[in-house]
Amino acid sequence: MTFEVAAGECLAIEGPSGSGKSRLLRAIADLDPAPGQVFLDGEERNEVPATHWRTNVRYCAAEPGWWTETAAPVFKAMVGTDTPRLNRLLSALGLGPELLDRPLALVSTGERQRLALARALIDEPKVLLFDEPTSALDPQATALVEELIKYQKLAGRTVLLVTHDHAQVERLSDARLVLAKRRPTNANAEHAA
Amino acid sequence: MSYVPLTPLDLTLAALLLVANAAISFAFRLKLEKSIAIAVVRMLVQLALISIVLKFIFAQTSPLWTAMLGLVMVIAAGIEVMSRQQRPVGGWYAFGLQTATLFFIGMVVTGLGVGVIIEPNPWYAPRYILPILGMVLSNTLTGMCLVLDTLTETINRERTAIEARLALGAPRFEALENPLRVAMRTGMIPILNAMATTGIVALPGMMTGQILAGVAPVEAAKYQVLIMFLIAGATALGAVCAGVGAIILLTDDRHRLRLDRIRSKT
Repeated sequence: MTFEVAAGECLAIEGPSGSGKSRLLRAIADLDPAPGQVFLDGEERNEVPATHWRTNVRYCAAEPGWWTETAAPVFKAMVGTDTPRLNRLLSALGLGPELLDRPLALVSTGERQRLALARALIDEPKVLLFDEPTSALDPQATALVEELIKYQKLAGRTVLLVTHDHAQVERLSDARLVLAKRRPTNANAEHAA
Repeated sequence: MSYVPLTPLDLTLAALLLVANAAISFAFRLKLEKSIAIAVVRMLVQLALISIVLKFIFAQTSPLWTAMLGLVMVIAAGIEVMSRQQRPVGGWYAFGLQTATLFFIGMVVTGLGVGVIIEPNPWYAPRYILPILGMVLSNTLTGMCLVLDTLTETINRERTAIEARLALGAPRFEALENPLRVAMRTGMIPILNAMATTGIVALPGMMTGQILAGVAPVEAAKYQVLIMFLIAGATALGAVCAGVGAIILLTDDRHRLRLDRIRSKT
């Protein structure tokens, strides 16, 4: 399988459970050992230090993990004193800054997922790998996230989106890649290299 | 004052207490009768053999024989670290790394205790080196096993959080700092607790042995303090080496979490 996605484009990856959608995103982010090559701006994944690669190629898991009691220290380490930018991002996701200081154990699943999206976006990586980013969200929050993804495209970021929501694919994607359980098929001819 | 030698009859009388173990196992259907029998036979055979070996080595008082038995003890400790872990990390490579760690710690700490502090004559006196090496190794391996078990368990439990940090570009030691801290604390707390309660809750085995053998309690206490310091230092070194080594084994040079390298015993 070979495909390429341009800056500012969104490739939706579809397929039944177990077809390897998350595995593909994780391989692109270099989180699992995987054969094949991944290029970003002409540089192959293995030629770039892994930590630098993942700073530019950001995987956002379907079930995001947290390692602190509240989200505040995580964001403080990432943005320092640039709180206006963080507050704008949180606001775009329908979240208030007071949520940062609430224990994550007491935050709802949907709010935790949106906080994880903010965490993935705050340092503006070039490539965004979203694994079911709206799976725990209500329609209103889903609309906000979709607006944010559209904004990321306009800002020239490349988006790969794994979702089971066909309507969302229609709304966001420029191309589709459909994975079958046995053999991947490329649904969009223009994205087959 | 000298010690009172024990006769075979004395030991047989003490062994009658094991009847209580067997009776409890039978009454509560613990099915431990076989394990009790195996443990007793193993202990008798192992202690009989080691007493014969020690008698021979003490008679030789040779640096070569002392070093050889010390090496056997290190290898046995390395095997024990692997077999005690619930979910061992890696294979032969890990065994080699753990045995090398035990060898290094055993050499440094026993060398400090015997060669620099006690200074027996001759310096390689097996009567001093081997018991101290044994205590250092057994406590270090217990600490290492605790670190390794806690680390693998914590990494499994916190996998999504660790991978979230890796996905944000964190290097492996930063992403795994929480599990490493939890594991190292778990590995070091038992020796700290033992130091805090020594002399109040229980007299340690070595001090008890020395007192029974006729050594003045103050002298026995001094040796116990020395041993506790040696063990504490060795356990801390073992905890660091086991924790850092396991993280290197459980990740790769691309800073990826490699849980596929944990083996299941089931």
